[in-house]
Amino acid sequence: MSEKKCEQQLNNFAVIMPAYNEAGRISSTIAGIRRITDKDIIVISDGSTDDTAEEAAAAGAKVLRLPFNLGYGAALQTGFKYALEKGYEFAVQMDADGQHEPSGIKELIEPVFRNEVDVVIGSRFLDKGNYKAPFVRRMGMYFFGFISSVITGRKITDPTSGFQALNRKIMEFYASDAYPVDYPDADVIIMLHRRGYRFKEVQVTMHNAAKRSMHGGIIKPMYYIFKMLLSIFVTLLRKEDKL
Amino acid sequence: MTAQQKIAALIMGAGLFLVIIEMVRRRKLAEEYSFLWLLTGLCVIVLVLWYDLLEWLTHFIGAMTPTTTLFIFGFLFLMLINLHYSMKISRLGLQVKELAQKIAIYERK
Repeated sequence: MSEKKCEQQLNNFAVIMPAYNEAGRISSTIAGIRRITDKDIIVISDGSTDDTAEEAAAAGAKVLRLPFNLGYGAALQTGFKYALEKGYEFAVQMDADGQHEPSGIKELIEPVFRNEVDVVIGSRFLDKGNYKAPFVRRMGMYFFGFISSVITGRKITDPTSGFQALNRKIMEFYASDAYPVDYPDADVIIMLHRRGYRFKEVQVTMHNAAKRSMHGGIIKPMYYIFKMLLSIFVTLLRKEDKL
Repeated sequence: MTAQQKIAALIMGAGLFLVIIEMVRRRKLAEEYSFLWLLTGLCVIVLVLWYDLLEWLTHFIGAMTPTTTLFIFGFLFLMLINLHYSMKISRLGLQVKELAQKIAIYERK
């Protein structure tokens, strides 16, 4: 590949950001990314009932508006489908609430650019970062981190991280029906492993976002644990997910 | 409850459990919809194996025989599953309407 073509290809990435009612926060998140890169930012407003879409568009993002709330995973998948159609070679997925520090984008995308791995997952805990999660959430992360580590045979420190960089191959996988749009996290790492994709974790900084967690209440965390265990279990039973 | 009844209930409970897992594995059933079904199968198994609990429940709800209790709980779960579906269908109906309207407006543009 000529150097110019390589350069061109490396430049071809988009930041994909699902957002649900993030008005008042999304502009500063986009401004933060703009300080790091001038690449396209695709915001998927997940049926937001506030001005999220308008704010994101005003801040210079390409905005996709879902007519109603589909949930985090489905919104994210919409972004991947769009990115594939538009021919982006690489993508960085991150949260819209400012939890993910944009300076991490560079560390995340570089191993994917160099074709060392297919996916890089930003971890809060690789070098014992300063991220403080509430106790129950921390236990959940630890528990699913442990399960993913046992199954993949390598240390997974942050299985719930939504801060990732990936190449087109993974975009295609994430855009397929095999992608669990209902809380994608530890089960996705196990699917990546079972399908033989190369991935690694890289230390990133995450801020304690002052947002209502998607795991709030009692029913939702219980359902989350049930869904994740079942999803991991059936993933292990599926032949198509086998190397 | 006779041994025959116990075995039949166990086979049904375990069978239900396995069929649901297999459907999720084949992606015929989303995890979300499997929850109540798996719970139903699990409860039947637990109640048959833990017979004291079944007897206590029978006494508690004032039923005559443990088989009645199993029936009542099975019926209760079916009601819950139906209610869950009614809620989902209502939401899906609204969403389809919204999508159809959006498409009509886009086509006109």
